[in-house]
Amino acid sequence: MTTAATSSPPSPAATPSLISGRGTGRSGDRIFSVLTRGSGALVVVLVVLTGAFLLWKSVPSLLDDDVNFITSRVWQPAANPPAFGIAALLYTTVLSSVLALLMAVPVSVGVALFLTQCAPRRLATPLGYLVDLLAAVPSIIYGLWGAFVLGPVIAGTDSGPRRAIEDALGWIPLFSSTSVARGNVFLASVVLAIMILPIVTAISREVFLQVPRANIEAALALGATRWETIRVSVLPFGKPGVITASMLGLGRALGETIAVTIILSQPSSLEDFNFSVFYGGETFASKIANNASEFSTPQKTGAYIAAGLVLFVVTFLVNALARVFISRRGDV
Amino acid sequence: MAKRIDVSGLDAFYGHFKAVEDVSLTVEPRSVTAFIGPSGCGKSTLLRTFNRMHEVIPGARVSGKVMLDDENLYDDGVDPVAVRRTVGMVFQRPNPFPTMSIYDNVAAGLRLNGVKNKKVLDEVVERSLKRANLWGEVHDRLGKPGSSLSGGQQQRLCIARAVAVEPQVLLMDEPCSALDPISTLAIEDLIQDLKDRYTIIIVTHNMQQAARVSDRTAFFTIAGAGKPGRLVEIGDTAEMFSRPAEKATEDYITGRFG
Repeated sequence: MTTAATSSPPSPAATPSLISGRGTGRSGDRIFSVLTRGSGALVVVLVVLTGAFLLWKSVPSLLDDDVNFITSRVWQPAANPPAFGIAALLYTTVLSSVLALLMAVPVSVGVALFLTQCAPRRLATPLGYLVDLLAAVPSIIYGLWGAFVLGPVIAGTDSGPRRAIEDALGWIPLFSSTSVARGNVFLASVVLAIMILPIVTAISREVFLQVPRANIEAALALGATRWETIRVSVLPFGKPGVITASMLGLGRALGETIAVTIILSQPSSLEDFNFSVFYGGETFASKIANNASEFSTPQKTGAYIAAGLVLFVVTFLVNALARVFISRRGDV
Repeated sequence: MAKRIDVSGLDAFYGHFKAVEDVSLTVEPRSVTAFIGPSGCGKSTLLRTFNRMHEVIPGARVSGKVMLDDENLYDDGVDPVAVRRTVGMVFQRPNPFPTMSIYDNVAAGLRLNGVKNKKVLDEVVERSLKRANLWGEVHDRLGKPGSSLSGGQQQRLCIARAVAVEPQVLLMDEPCSALDPISTLAIEDLIQDLKDRYTIIIVTHNMQQAARVSDRTAFFTIAGAGKPGRLVEIGDTAEMFSRPAEKATEDYITGRFG
């Protein structure tokens, strides 16, 4: 066979059709290529423009800022000269989001493990839809529900869960007792946790579904119980994916606006600061939303936009971190 | 350490599909028994009923008896987890735990049994790797991931993992089908060493392999697509390959069918 093939090269008549191609049939390809490249470029342009807008609008106010923008808790953007710092906002934003993540991830992983490893198919499919449905509930609904239904139950000054935590851990500044009823960071975190639960669950479920059958059977054949199989085969395989899911959930929690705005009660002034989760406060997003009606002068507006810029950078970093984990997962 | 397996009237199903029908056979301890037959004849399915791995597939079930010495694996109250700790298994494709080191892979079964003593673990890991003829190649890099080994080494790692828990029986489901000839030879040599201690059953598509490694051979076939697999005959390997009792066996091993 080999000698026959080498001794008879392809006939010259056949080659031109390979080179010229179908000249007329390629306009579809061109349109497709322009559309896809355009869409891709648009994404980059949008991100860059958003960042540029935030910088452009905030830099003049930042240059006039009378206090340290990062370390100060003062917020008097209307004063002359303006004085505004994000320390308190950053603290409340990160604290509420991280607490939400700590509460949501174990539950999400549990739900995802149940859906993929334990539940019979007939139950797993509708339950999966239900979890996805949770993600579709508008955040204002969560906010209302949190403020008026969940709040009195878990976060009021004489509510059981809050009292229990205050009694047990009150000696730590993070959990010290305060007089703020309901509208505290603790309640905001619980509601945020419920809000990010669906996305963390959905991604974890996808990852756990990808665990190779061979890995699971390897554990089972060694005499592993269901839980041991999960511990030995499923969790190690899914770990990078769960971390990625957590980062994406954290990104959502950091930027969540309306539910947090409804729930958190604002301290009378930002100088009035308390580390406790049972204290009120404002996040970047809720601060901006609460004051949206007061963007009267470029100087004031610039201060709020500067706060938005920090939120933009923080969420950007969290998402970048998630990407790093996703790309690591590709190596496994 | 080795136990006899006595199968009687065994049917295996996937949902409504009957994959194996009415198999009765005996597997002798401290010997190698090969299961041969065309694709789809149910030999792997049958093998997986011996450590109750068949039922981990949704909808799969078994009826009939599998006696391990004097215990029926399918009696009420028998714990499949306990069965699998007694009857070890090696799969078609090497499947070391990808995130674990070589050491941890071998120690995995013991750790599941609650062994934490470092000295005991060290001893068992070394002994198991030696039994799997892998110690010499990996003893200076036990901390490396199991997935860093070659395919043949990974399969011997899986054998070491299986023998580390001192099973009574070792089931091998086409253990060489993903390996090159040199690795295959290493595994076949290993099987000869291991049969002094364990009851070994090996499913293979390779008839030369069955002839080389096994003491007894069981031949399975199917009447056609969608029909259940059946045992045609079981006997001494030398006998089966020289004077098979059944025409179907002769046709298969001489290459006229399958």
